[in-house]
Amino acid sequence: MMDILQILLSESFWAASLRIATPLIFGVLGALLCEKSGVLNLGIEGIFVAGAMAGWLAVWAGAGLWGGVLVAALAGGFFGLIHAILTVPLGLSQHVSGLGVTLFATSVSYFIYRTALPNVSSPPRIEPFRALDIPILSDLPFVGPVIFQQTAMTMLALFMVLVVWYVLNRTALGVALQAVGDNPDSVDAQGLSVYGLRIGAVVAGSSLMALGGAFLTMSAFDAFFFGMVNGRGWICIALVIFASWRPGKALLGALLFGAFDALQVRLQTEVGAFVPGQVFLMAPYVLSIIALVVAARKADYPRALLHPWFKGQR
Amino acid sequence: MIRIEPRNAPSRLMTTGIPVLSAVVALALAAIPLAFAGAPIGPAYVQMFRGVFGSMFAFSEMLTRATPLIFTGLAAALAFRARLWNIGAEGQLYLGAMAAVAIGTGVLDVPGIVLLPMIIILGAAAGAAGMAVPALLKTRFGADEVVTTLLLNFIILIFLQMMLEGPLKDPMGLGWPQSAPILDQGMLPTLMTRMRVHSGLILALVVAAIAQFMLVRSVWGFRLRAVGENAAAARHAGISVNRSLFSVAIISGGLAGLAGVSEVAGLKGYLTADLSPGFGYTGIVVAMLAGLSPAGVVLAALFIASVFVGADSMSRAMGVSSYLADLVVAMSLLCVLIGGFFARYRITRTARAAQ
Repeated sequence: MMDILQILLSESFWAASLRIATPLIFGVLGALLCEKSGVLNLGIEGIFVAGAMAGWLAVWAGAGLWGGVLVAALAGGFFGLIHAILTVPLGLSQHVSGLGVTLFATSVSYFIYRTALPNVSSPPRIEPFRALDIPILSDLPFVGPVIFQQTAMTMLALFMVLVVWYVLNRTALGVALQAVGDNPDSVDAQGLSVYGLRIGAVVAGSSLMALGGAFLTMSAFDAFFFGMVNGRGWICIALVIFASWRPGKALLGALLFGAFDALQVRLQTEVGAFVPGQVFLMAPYVLSIIALVVAARKADYPRALLHPWFKGQR
Repeated sequence: MIRIEPRNAPSRLMTTGIPVLSAVVALALAAIPLAFAGAPIGPAYVQMFRGVFGSMFAFSEMLTRATPLIFTGLAAALAFRARLWNIGAEGQLYLGAMAAVAIGTGVLDVPGIVLLPMIIILGAAAGAAGMAVPALLKTRFGADEVVTTLLLNFIILIFLQMMLEGPLKDPMGLGWPQSAPILDQGMLPTLMTRMRVHSGLILALVVAAIAQFMLVRSVWGFRLRAVGENAAAARHAGISVNRSLFSVAIISGGLAGLAGVSEVAGLKGYLTADLSPGFGYTGIVVAMLAGLSPAGVVLAALFIASVFVGADSMSRAMGVSSYLADLVVAMSLLCVLIGGFFARYRITRTARAAQ
């Protein structure tokens, strides 16, 4: 018991939690934007892969780290646009279209990676984002190492929580976006474009998801591996429901998840001799299912989620 | 002004023509990545065709590849008909394979006529159990089965690694994480000498025929389609929606489990963690190409298997990444989705003045 307490009080544990949470924060925010407008985006897993690959490849080709972030966001937006066109004006099954986008984005990314780098046994590395060293802030006790010695992408993720919260709750655009996910007819009656709002939300949300992938190759690691996304996208879809579509709760959910994951890695070294390591590897996925089951009953789904809407048809 | 109008009923020509057209378009679109990779396009297509139809062996390899896809395609098609989104066929496949090696590798040394049916039944039961969990979480707690089945795939894969390093590990396996081989009498017999195609294919075809009959002709199939088309109306008509969903969940999971049985007891003989290169996920594409019809699943599985086997052969010959096959499969799914839109709706232009 003392060991766990020691872990929970250590700076390195909370720093690791936030680091693990960062790609999930991007992913949950992205999924939240899409779903708030009424569109479930199961393309997330593939968009993570595309963001990870595109961002990394751009940096490798000499675009610079922020150039890589931009390329990742554009790649995410591109695949998001495919999903948006299929599900919004064409009104096709959001489930199947999303899975199709995941398969498409994943195979495009793998194909491009293999074609760009045909004969490499170990993946080439880039110089990733470094830990920040901000005067005063990074030297603060506890908060310094936990928050302000992370990389710039973690700062960006935290900043995006504020941006998404502000846009959704304090701007006319946000009000319209929430309304289009609840009652598209009312939005149409006000003369706003249901299609435009939904497509915009899906494209923007998908760009955010891609940044989650980019964090993996440009901040957490320094190379691209096949299978490196490993279900993180699906975990985000579970976390959105857990967060009942609120940016603040989404941050909390991602952090809790990150903390649990950081804890299991540390526990593994403590009791690894008695319990097979795989039990710990399963934990994040089991935890996501439990979170989903707990949250499902009282989940306040956007009312028009999964419902296509056609202009001129009531 | 462009308007989208629903068609009264999609014609027969459209329901069969659109999947075929989508497959052709996806195959044609492969020219773009081929050009990107710098391969000569014409010869690449010729090589893909030869890779499937060039020899009896090539053709039998395609049939071998299609076998698990028929099972996973059926698993997706039946569940999707009831709007139960079982995306967990990949995990259920491994559950079936684990059950097969758990009893097939020497625990029971009984004649094949007893052992083989037991392997098949227990493999299907394991897959069914794997889908029963998310189905219960859905009907009892309202937990979305898309997310739970997707996450269970990862859990089951990690569980598989644990089993392959523990109880199921082959003591003679030189330390590799793989199971012991299934006893000879527990293997599905091969169909042709010196070919890998095995009687799992016959089983798949029989199961597809039963599924087609059950879906179209039985009361069970009628209820299932009613639930899928309009759950509220079905409930109003006195159909127990949850019972229908649960029964199709069990059958869907069982079919995916059979894919695992067929691969391990028909093809590989022993179980490793890379038994399936995503057959569970590809099954979804097969089901969509088939228009969710069990009979169509057989044809769609043959097409997708041809893409994989043909592209593999072309990749080896021309040095193009074999991910091209996955790309074509993904594009066929997107194409058939778009095609489905044109089957159900028509786009008409009305002059603005007319309004």
